[in-house]
Amino acid sequence: MEKRVTFRGWMLPLLLIAPQVFISAVFFFYPAGQAVWQSLFIPDPFGLSTQFVGMGNFEYLFGDRHYRASFYTTALFSILVTLASMIPALFLAVLADRLIKGSGVYRTLLIWPYAVAPAVAGVLWLFMFNTRVGVVSWYLGQLGYDWNHVLNGSEAMGLVVVASAWGRISYNFLFFFAALQAVPRSVIEAAAIDGARFWRRFFTIVLPLLSPTTFFLLVVNVVYSFFETFGVIHTITSGGPQQATTILVYKVYSDGFVGQDLGSSSAQSVVLLLVVGLLTVLQFKFIEKRVHY
Amino acid sequence: MATVTLKDLRKSFGPDEVIHGIDMEIADGEFIVIVGPSGCGKSTLLRMVAGLETVTGGEVLIGGERANDKEPMDRDIAMVFQNYALYPHMTVAQNMGYGLKIAGLSKPEIATKVEAAAELLQLDGLLDRRPKQLSGGQRQRVAMGRAIVREPSVFLFDEPLSNLDAKLRVQMRLEIKELQSKLGVTALYVTHDQVEAMTMADRMIVMNAGVAEQIGTPMEVYETPQSLFAAQFIGSPAMNVLDARIEGGRVMLGDVAVAETGKRAGPVKLGLRPEHVAPDAEGPLAMEVLLAEPLGANTLLHGRLAGTEIAFTASLQGVHLASHGGEAMRFGVDPVDCHLFDPETGHRL
Ligand SMILES: Nc1ncnc2c1ncn2[C@@H]1O[C@H](COP(=O)(O)OP(=O)(O)OP(=O)(O)O)[C@@H](O)[C@H]1O
Ligand SMILES: [Mg+2]
Repeated sequence: MEKRVTFRGWMLPLLLIAPQVFISAVFFFYPAGQAVWQSLFIPDPFGLSTQFVGMGNFEYLFGDRHYRASFYTTALFSILVTLASMIPALFLAVLADRLIKGSGVYRTLLIWPYAVAPAVAGVLWLFMFNTRVGVVSWYLGQLGYDWNHVLNGSEAMGLVVVASAWGRISYNFLFFFAALQAVPRSVIEAAAIDGARFWRRFFTIVLPLLSPTTFFLLVVNVVYSFFETFGVIHTITSGGPQQATTILVYKVYSDGFVGQDLGSSSAQSVVLLLVVGLLTVLQFKFIEKRVHY
Repeated sequence: MATVTLKDLRKSFGPDEVIHGIDMEIADGEFIVIVGPSGCGKSTLLRMVAGLETVTGGEVLIGGERANDKEPMDRDIAMVFQNYALYPHMTVAQNMGYGLKIAGLSKPEIATKVEAAAELLQLDGLLDRRPKQLSGGQRQRVAMGRAIVREPSVFLFDEPLSNLDAKLRVQMRLEIKELQSKLGVTALYVTHDQVEAMTMADRMIVMNAGVAEQIGTPMEVYETPQSLFAAQFIGSPAMNVLDARIEGGRVMLGDVAVAETGKRAGPVKLGLRPEHVAPDAEGPLAMEVLLAEPLGANTLLHGRLAGTEIAFTASLQGVHLASHGGEAMRFGVDPVDCHLFDPETGHRL
């Protein structure tokens, strides 16, 4: 017999799911609907009236050099953040995995950065690299390097990438560490007897066995770099200099709330919505078909 | 092919010494079985030979060369693990060819060797499968194949059959032994199964708590166990060990003289194998049977010595229909089948 609770009326069930429905409606469906709706209109400069333009905003958007540049910036940014957060995490995990004693201590210490909110992390890094009072930029100055991320686009990009990736290293480290611990010791030993030295073993045995974890983290980190890095960028560069760090999410904000171009901003969020959708589908497909050995 | 020599080999994990000095000379092509109860240090000993554990004291020589500080890959050995340790992401062919690929052989060379090994092990049709798609016995063969393709000087096995069912175990036991003698490779084989040890070994090391209790051929260990431990560990069912005394050139069990002996008077442990007692109405051993286990070819009688609480087991040829609980039986023993041990040290007298 199937066990399920049956409600007599429909009032109680409705009441029970109401909070979730309410939250989704207020924070997702309503704004998403608004965005889709508004993306079809252009408001006049004073915001007094709006005019229906159909796909006009989208056509304009994809014709816009800056918007296309922002796509490129986003791609570059997310690739860099993903690499900068995953490679060191994997490296640290491999080192921690080799330890026999004290790996617990390292694990705990390495998790801490994850507890720092992105905006706070942004401020932290901003202080260190501040062009006038920053510790790191002062040292760089001593070494003869003139650090100025306020003017130099590449330096600005580097800084937001580092600040965004920093906290993520902890997160990725945890996953990699757990995955490494799950690799059977005897398989590694068998490879050693077969003649493979450390790095050979790493690339031909360990890394392939980590691939489910690696792929999962890849998706999660790309999504993170797309959407959750707003705080870091806002605190450090505000998208500058010259839009060098304006990723799509930041452009939605700056065009909509700073530039007050609600039509274009809405169209951008619709595009972004599609991108999120695509990434989510990818992720789910992956989780269903996870590579199991 | 190579000799292996262990010289006062010791291993400590932190302050705890788990291998207390093992000496052994293993000849070229010999099949050595390391047997002992769980936790006695069999795996640790094997892993020191493999180079997977550091040596705390003494020496390991492979082919006459000191191997203590050599990496596993530089020792010219191959190992078969208890859980097989196949590479899960590789096919059977890749699993077997991995070592050859690292050794720098060309693709055709690798393919030839892998196919030859696959044929030898009846894995022909399975070369493109992943380990996950194989049965336990097939995985076992792949692990063997991976060991033989590289043509090492020494094979190391760590309980390779313990995950197989009883029937397959018997079959693989024969195959491994056959393969080893065909290839003529020196082998060290760890097991806790005394039947495997008896059937496969050229010589065996009976280990107990990190000490080699006895090193010898299976028949030597069976016929002249050098310690109480070896006596009880080898042989199934286990040897009966009884408290006895030597008085006036006779082994006395209570008031009964069991056998003559030339050993010095005093308390001893008397070991009698269940299969070495024979029903004899005039015999010195009186047993009260509590339980009879007919096994087909023979029958095990479990009970105690009459008038005492001392447990005793006898194994009689054939089906012993008459035996039933409560029956009283008498047995006789051949003096050569009486094993005498020092009650203090456990050494053979
Ligand atoms: N890495 C280790 N650290 C500390 N002690 C260990 C380690 N490996 C083994 N030991 C100890 O060494 C002793 C021998 O272990 P070993 O694995 O050699 O036993 P074994 O004879 O192979 O047993 P089994 O038949 O259960 O496999 C055990 O007491 C075990 O607790
Ligand atoms: Mg073991």
